[in-house]
Amino acid sequence: MYKYDKLDQQIVDERVAQYRDQTRRFLAGELTEEEFRPLRLQNGLYIQRHAPMFRIAVPYGMLSSRQLHKLGDIAKKYDRDYGHFSTRQNLQLNWPKLEDVPEMLAELATVEMHAIQTSGNCIRNITTDQFAGIAPDEVIDPRAMAEIMRQWSTFHPEFALLPRKFKIAVSGTKQDRAIVQAHDIGMEFYTDDADKLAIKVWVGGGLGRTPILGSVIREHLEWQHALTYCEAIIRVYNLHGRRDNSYKARIKILVKALGIEEFKNQVEAEWAHLKDAPNTITEAELARVSKYFEAMPYENLSAHDASFDAAIASNPAFAAWAKRCVHVHKQAGYRAVTLSLKPHGKAPGDATSDQMHVVADLAAQYSFGELRVSHEQNLILADVKLSDLYSVWEKARAAGLATPNIGLLTDIICCPGGDFCSLANAKSIPIAEAIQMQFDNLDYLHDIGDIELNISGCMNACGHHHVGHIGILGVDKDGSEWYQVSIGGKQGNDASLGTVIGPAFSADEMPGVVQKLIDIYIKERTPEELFIDTVRRLGIAPFKAHVYAKNEEIVSV
Amino acid sequence: MSNLIQLNDDIASIAENLWVTVQLPPSNVEARKQAGKVVQFKLTGEATVSETQIADTVIPATGKIIVPLSVFIARKDELLTRISNGEVGVWIDTHEVLADLVNDQADLNVLPIIAVHVERFADGRIFSLGTLLRKRYGFKNELRAIGDVLRDQLFFLKRSGFNSYLIRADRSANDALASLKDFTAPYQGAVDEPRPVFSRYNRTA
Ligand code: SF4
Repeated sequence: MYKYDKLDQQIVDERVAQYRDQTRRFLAGELTEEEFRPLRLQNGLYIQRHAPMFRIAVPYGMLSSRQLHKLGDIAKKYDRDYGHFSTRQNLQLNWPKLEDVPEMLAELATVEMHAIQTSGNCIRNITTDQFAGIAPDEVIDPRAMAEIMRQWSTFHPEFALLPRKFKIAVSGTKQDRAIVQAHDIGMEFYTDDADKLAIKVWVGGGLGRTPILGSVIREHLEWQHALTYCEAIIRVYNLHGRRDNSYKARIKILVKALGIEEFKNQVEAEWAHLKDAPNTITEAELARVSKYFEAMPYENLSAHDASFDAAIASNPAFAAWAKRCVHVHKQAGYRAVTLSLKPHGKAPGDATSDQMHVVADLAAQYSFGELRVSHEQNLILADVKLSDLYSVWEKARAAGLATPNIGLLTDIICCPGGDFCSLANAKSIPIAEAIQMQFDNLDYLHDIGDIELNISGCMNACGHHHVGHIGILGVDKDGSEWYQVSIGGKQGNDASLGTVIGPAFSADEMPGVVQKLIDIYIKERTPEELFIDTVRRLGIAPFKAHVYAKNEEIVSV
Repeated sequence: MSNLIQLNDDIASIAENLWVTVQLPPSNVEARKQAGKVVQFKLTGEATVSETQIADTVIPATGKIIVPLSVFIARKDELLTRISNGEVGVWIDTHEVLADLVNDQADLNVLPIIAVHVERFADGRIFSLGTLLRKRYGFKNELRAIGDVLRDQLFFLKRSGFNSYLIRADRSANDALASLKDFTAPYQGAVDEPRPVFSRYNRTA
C-alpha cells in the first residue's frame, strides 16, 4: 500500500499543529462555536448526542497492521475500547473528548494517518472496491488513481468550502462494488479500444433525502485528465450549487435542475480552460504511485490444497465459513477473507480494541501485513494462502470474527443511528440486533441466500438504505420512532433504488416484518432466484399484501 | 491599527488601507427568490441591486475608492477620469457573475484593485472567483478579500490568488498572519503555485 514520503508526512504533521492551535483558540474563546464548526468537521469531529464523534480517515479502505494496532490503542486510550467501521470505509470513535483530539491526531500521524476532510462541506474520503488489486474480474486496480486523487483533494484551496459534502468513488471492475452511481462523482476505470486507461465519469448520484442515481457526464476521459476534469465539475458546482438550503445543496440537485446536458455543457466549457493545466497527471507520477500497489510477492502455489480440502470435508462449521467468508483471488492458491463485524446481536461494524489487535496480527502473519475495510463494514484480509485458511478461521472464530454470514441477511449495513447520532430520527442498531436474533439460525440464513439489508436512522442515509434489497429507514412520527421499509434497492451495475412498501412500523414489529418479506420470497422464488430477483420479477405487491394483511388480522382479533 | 494584511513577494505584513470601500445603500426591495432555470442557482435567495440603490450610492469626491460592480457598470461616465488616474477599483459579491465585469471592462488590469466580498466565511465561492480572476481573466493587480474574512481561511485565499486580506474588524490581523504559513508544500497546483507537488519535487526517492 501507499507509504508516505517526507512531503506527505510534513502535511499531516502541519495539520496536527494547525488543528491543535484551532482547538486551543476555540477553548480560549477566540473562535465562536459557529466559526470552529467547519474547522472541526473538516477534521472529522462531530458534536453528537452524548459526546463528540471522531472519524478517522482510512483512504480507500486500506490499512496496515501497524495502523490497525494504533487504532486499537487509540480506542483504548481515548475512547471506550471499541470503534465503529463506517460505510465510507472510515473508523469512527463515539466517545472522545474534544480536548484530546489534537493528541489523537498526533498519534495517528505517527502511523501515516489523519482525519482530514472526513466530514464537512469538502471532498471526502475517496472510496473503492474492497477487492481492488486481487479481484479476478478487475480490469484496472484503481488504488493508485485513488491515492493520486486523495493527494489532490487534500486541502484543495478552491474547494475548501463547498455548498455541501462531496463524495467520490472509483472502481476498476466489470462488476461495480464501489457504488459509483451513488456518488457525487463516480469514476469507472476501463481500458479503451486503443488499450489505454480511460475513465467513464458519472456525476450527480447520491443517497440521502433525495436519492438519485448518477448520470454519465463523459463516456471516455483519458486518465491524465482525471484531476482537471473533476476540477471543472466541482468548480461549476462550487459557483452554482445552492447554498441557501442545505437539503438542496448537493450537486445532484444542481445537475437535476440544469439537466445533465446543460450541466455537461457548463463543465465542458470550464474544462476547455483547464485541460492540460499543470494538475494533469504525468506518466511518471502514475508510475511512482502504482509501485506501491504492485502485486504482493506471492508464492507459486497450486490451485488446490489438500489440507484445505480435507478440512472442508471434515468440518462443517469451517465449510460454512469458507462458503460465505472466503472469496476468489486472481492468484492461484490464494483467497481473500472477510472477517465479519456482524456477529448476531451486536452493533454492525463495531470492533473492540482487542479485536483490532487480533485482526492486525492475523494480517501481519497471513496477509502481508495489510487489510481493508469494506463499505459493508467488515474487515478483509486480501491475500491469504489456501493452506492458512483453517488457522485464520480458528483464530478469527476465537475472537468472534468468523460469523459465517457475509452476504447473508444478518450481514446488515447499519449506521450509528439514534444511539449516537444527533441527526437521527430513530435508533438503528437495536433494530439490526433484533433482526439478527430473529434469524439466528445459520442453516436458515444459508437457505435464504444472498440478500442485503441496510438500515439508516434518518434520511441522510449513511446506512445506504435506498440500495438495500431490504431498506429500513428511521422516521419520526409525532416524536416517536418508526421504521419505513422499502424493497427492491440494489447496488452494482444494475443499481436501483428501493420502493417503500407502505406505512411505517414500530421497532417491535420490525423483526416480524422482515420475517414476512422473507416468507413470501421463500414461497414464491424459483430455484435460481435470490430475494432481489423475486422482488424484481413480482414487484412489491405480494410482499406488501402479506406484510400488511397479517397486521390487520392481529388488529381484528 | 490597520486590519489589512498584504502579501508582497510572499512576505505578509500589516499595511495601511489606502482604499475606501464604497457601500450600496440598504435595499428595501425583496430578495429575488427565483429566476430563470439556468441562472436559478446563482440568484436564489440573494438580493439583486436595484436602480435606486445604484443611483443613491454615495461616491466620495476624492481619494481611492473601491466601488460595487453594479455602480461601476451603471455610473462609469462619472468615473472615467478617476479610472484613468488609477483611483478606482471594483468589488463584487460572491454571487455576482464575473462575465458582467469582464464584458464591461475588457482589460481588468486598468483596475489597481479588485475586491471580493464574502458575506459568510463559509462561502467558498470566493476561492473560485479568485482563481478565475487570476487564471482566466489574467488580473495582475491587488486582489483583496473583504467581509467575513477570518484567519482560518487565509491559506486557501492565498492559494486562490488573493494577495490582500481585510481581516474582520473584531479580529486581530496580527494573529492571523501566522495562518498564511499553515502548510509548506501543498499537494495540488493552484494560483500561487501552479505546479502540483509531483512536478515540483522528485518524489521517487
Ligand atoms: S443516517 Fe442519519 S442517523 Fe444514521 S448516521 Fe447518518 S445522519 Fe445519523
